[in-house]
Amino acid sequence: MKRDSDISGSMDWTIVMLYMALVILGWLNVFAAVYDEHAKQSIFDLSLNSGRQLLFIAASALIALAITIIDMRFYETFAYVFYGIILVILVMVPVIGKEVGGNKAWIGIGSFGLQPSEFAKCITALALAKYIGSVGFRMENLRNQAMLFIMIGLPMGLILLQKDTGTALVFTSFILVFFREGMSPFLLIVGLCAITIFILTLLIPNPIYLHIAIGVVLLVLIVTGKKKIRRIILLTVGALLISGVIESVDYVVHDVLKPHQQNRIKALINPDADPLGFGWNVTQSKIAIGSGGFWGKGFLKGTQTKFDFVPAQSTDFIFCTIGEEHGWIGSLIVIGLFIALLLRIIFLAERQKNRFTRTYAYSVACIFFFHFAVNIGMTIGLFPVIGIPLPFFSYGGSALWSFTILLFILIKLDAHRGQVLQRI
Amino acid sequence: MNEGRKEIFQIVFVVVGFIFLTKLFFVQVIDDRYAELANSNSILRVVEYPFRGLIKDRNGKLIVYNTPEYDLQVIMKDVRSFDSTAFCNIFHLTRQELRKRFKELKAKKKEYSAVKPMRFLEQLSAEDWARSEDRLDEFPGFYIQARTTRAYTTPALANALGYVSEVSKEQLKQDPAHIYKQGDYIGQSGIESFYEEQLRGKRGIRFRLRDVKGIEKGSFKNGEYDTLSVPGQDLTTSIDLDLQLYGEKLMKGKAGSIVAIEPASGEILSLVSGPSYDPNLLTGKNYSANFKLISTDTLKPLFNRPLMAQYRPGSIFKIAQAMTALQEKVISPETRIVCDRTIIGCHGPHTNEDLRGAIANSCNVYFYTALRRMINQGKANDPFADARIGLNEWDRHIHSFGFGNKLGIDLPNEKSGLIPTPAYYDKAYNNRPWKFSNIYSIAIGEGENLVVPLQMANFAATVANRGFYYIPHLVKGIGKDLKPLSPYTERHYTTIDSANFNIAVDAMQQVVDAGTGQWFAHLSDVVVCGKTGTVQNEPLPDHSVFIAFAPRDKPQIAISVYVENAGQGARAAASIASLMIERYLFKQTRRQYIEDYVLAGKFLD
Repeated sequence: MKRDSDISGSMDWTIVMLYMALVILGWLNVFAAVYDEHAKQSIFDLSLNSGRQLLFIAASALIALAITIIDMRFYETFAYVFYGIILVILVMVPVIGKEVGGNKAWIGIGSFGLQPSEFAKCITALALAKYIGSVGFRMENLRNQAMLFIMIGLPMGLILLQKDTGTALVFTSFILVFFREGMSPFLLIVGLCAITIFILTLLIPNPIYLHIAIGVVLLVLIVTGKKKIRRIILLTVGALLISGVIESVDYVVHDVLKPHQQNRIKALINPDADPLGFGWNVTQSKIAIGSGGFWGKGFLKGTQTKFDFVPAQSTDFIFCTIGEEHGWIGSLIVIGLFIALLLRIIFLAERQKNRFTRTYAYSVACIFFFHFAVNIGMTIGLFPVIGIPLPFFSYGGSALWSFTILLFILIKLDAHRGQVLQRI
Repeated sequence: MNEGRKEIFQIVFVVVGFIFLTKLFFVQVIDDRYAELANSNSILRVVEYPFRGLIKDRNGKLIVYNTPEYDLQVIMKDVRSFDSTAFCNIFHLTRQELRKRFKELKAKKKEYSAVKPMRFLEQLSAEDWARSEDRLDEFPGFYIQARTTRAYTTPALANALGYVSEVSKEQLKQDPAHIYKQGDYIGQSGIESFYEEQLRGKRGIRFRLRDVKGIEKGSFKNGEYDTLSVPGQDLTTSIDLDLQLYGEKLMKGKAGSIVAIEPASGEILSLVSGPSYDPNLLTGKNYSANFKLISTDTLKPLFNRPLMAQYRPGSIFKIAQAMTALQEKVISPETRIVCDRTIIGCHGPHTNEDLRGAIANSCNVYFYTALRRMINQGKANDPFADARIGLNEWDRHIHSFGFGNKLGIDLPNEKSGLIPTPAYYDKAYNNRPWKFSNIYSIAIGEGENLVVPLQMANFAATVANRGFYYIPHLVKGIGKDLKPLSPYTERHYTTIDSANFNIAVDAMQQVVDAGTGQWFAHLSDVVVCGKTGTVQNEPLPDHSVFIAFAPRDKPQIAISVYVENAGQGARAAASIASLMIERYLFKQTRRQYIEDYVLAGKFLD
């Protein structure tokens, strides 16, 4: 048998190449976002984000290497231990953490800060995979399901306490993994409906229209379907319930919330409602991306993303730089790379022989997907502004390392897929 | 069972990517609006600085107001090549200076920004501003930012008013609500600092549209999103500006302070600190240079003596001692004590005085004996324990006059003075026992006691009120609300019965009518009550101190005067105090020779 640490032969190089391509493009973009033609800066300048990002990338390479050398059984064996440790750290962060930008989500080691919530994603993924992959686990068992929700709820709640709503929301992406592993789609459908109804209530000023729409849908369903009494009663009760929910959301939004809070929520859904206040970021972001045209303005030639028009332009709004400097073609390439990465992860997931690795792989896919969809969605105004990074592109060490660890544990586990007993 | 779920994932991923690319295609390729908006570079945020509140005196005379000030700002990315000769002519720069200025801006790594306005030239003169106004469009990227700076109608009251300057880095760090931005002004001391919240107002923001050349094309959406600046609230102080100016004139060339209070309200009528400076020096362009000069001046003009200078109280303290002893019933007004000068030194021709006489003659032996009776009341057999009980009682009374603690005036940096407590002596004697013989010097206002001039004026006001005071304060009205802040509307009673104060009032009248105050402090047509004090200050000459209030009934003014190194209280301080009272009550100087004497300032001859 080959030495455990040498997996270069069985490693999935496609995914590694995709990773490297994204990281390098990300680095160049971080430079473009801070570049100032008057200042004659170098991309390696450590006082710039790009110079520091290069250090983070170098550290990522070391982390990736370390992950491939460590025994593959390590991750599954200690998954619960890590989970326990990260919970303790998350509890302690509000106490020992240092404040960055209004919330205490960082712990300092000397002058250096780490965001434990970033690592919680990866560790929770391992713990969930271990639980789902354990002997005797059955998704149909309600107790097992409840346990899964507790496992994502604990870190999520603790991260919410740090007021890092964006990262906390990432944990909802695990529900998709449960779905893949056999959870009934009922919950997903109900959740989607609830969100749709909530958003519609906010967007449509007079709820009467919604009630009428529901009535019409109800009538259509009754007329077109089988005309059984039981079915008609069920549909009517359902429609009444939905109407009730609409009324209560409407009441909360219009009567309990103060006008400025209403605006905030509306701007979240529809940035055009308040282009200089809460919609400022998205307006500026759209101007920047829109000005890129088909071919873009060229590397380092952007004007909108240079001049602080777009806030948080190196971090959450980094996609603007791509849109502006590389146009639609650049966006196509970056989005194409992300989709390729996601599909490749699914491909790896599906070729696993054991449930632990497959579940973990799906978690990785769903986390990346959530970040990708929400981040780009918000920069182009398709999604409310939620501050989460775009993997490999947003400036910052903790996020980059967390994504690297996520991906390379998968690569490591996949490389050894031939050595594990089938346990599905 | 989970058939087809993999495909759902794949489809969702691809569909989302497709949706993004479609939306991007619309935003980037089909819709030209965004490209246009980017070209016009659209929206500029212009900060509108609020007017800081004005400060007026008690009669509505203006003390502090605002004058406009113009900064030249630059937005680097908008700068195009321009006629630098014309630019230099307008702003009185040499080409080297212009080049240096650009270099300096670039050197500020952290603050440098290509898009945010940065200050290029500070505080243009009104002429420069007027000249540059209509030619500014020749210099794209340069803008005028108007704001206001403080100006003062008189050179008086500098230390009480404080000054305003740019907010410091430390202050920015301690501003969790992010009210201030770099470059904002903030009150740094005095009233400007204490009432910062009321004075500062609120910044406004206007959104302006600009075209490709950076020229403004009017407001964005008709100003729908603009917020107007909200001016700060005006303050009405209790200062009588005429009296204040007169006091500053009298204190010219002297070190010391004058504090005058209206006893019935606690309002401060004048607050003089000598030496002082002209507040106009700490505004505008020359702030930094002048601040350096003033803050390093060996005469310490920034040291606000009425609040910060701590002196031993001297003989004046004997009034407080007398009332404490009366309250504790260890003496009565008729108690006579033989002036046995072998116990403690004394002065003046007196031998066996009652309480009023002892105050008028400032008899050391009398108050030494009175304090001994108070400290050693025989409430415990052990003399050490007895002294502790006695001193505790004494402290309770003395503190109730406002001594030993900060009074809580509406100015920063007030000092508390010192009234020794049993704990203080425990520490001073390293927890070895102490008794009356160790602490007796507090009896005559020497020893460990320290007071600040404000407390002394407040003491005079307390006696004038026969037993209570309002915390002295400078601001009697905020905005349209003609009330001071709530702490200043509450009466503070001493632990002494009002009747006992009448003895003190009698004695203080006697001081001015027939005692140490008769030569310099006596006024015709009004009964002045006062007490002189001479604070030992070896090896330098003594400090001259005088407190007084007038008229005896329904007093309108209570005052404390400190003149450092000016000898007896009966001369310098008594003269100044009586001139101030005269000016306030009669609006004139009736004894020109006393004023001349004070202005000449030769008190030690």
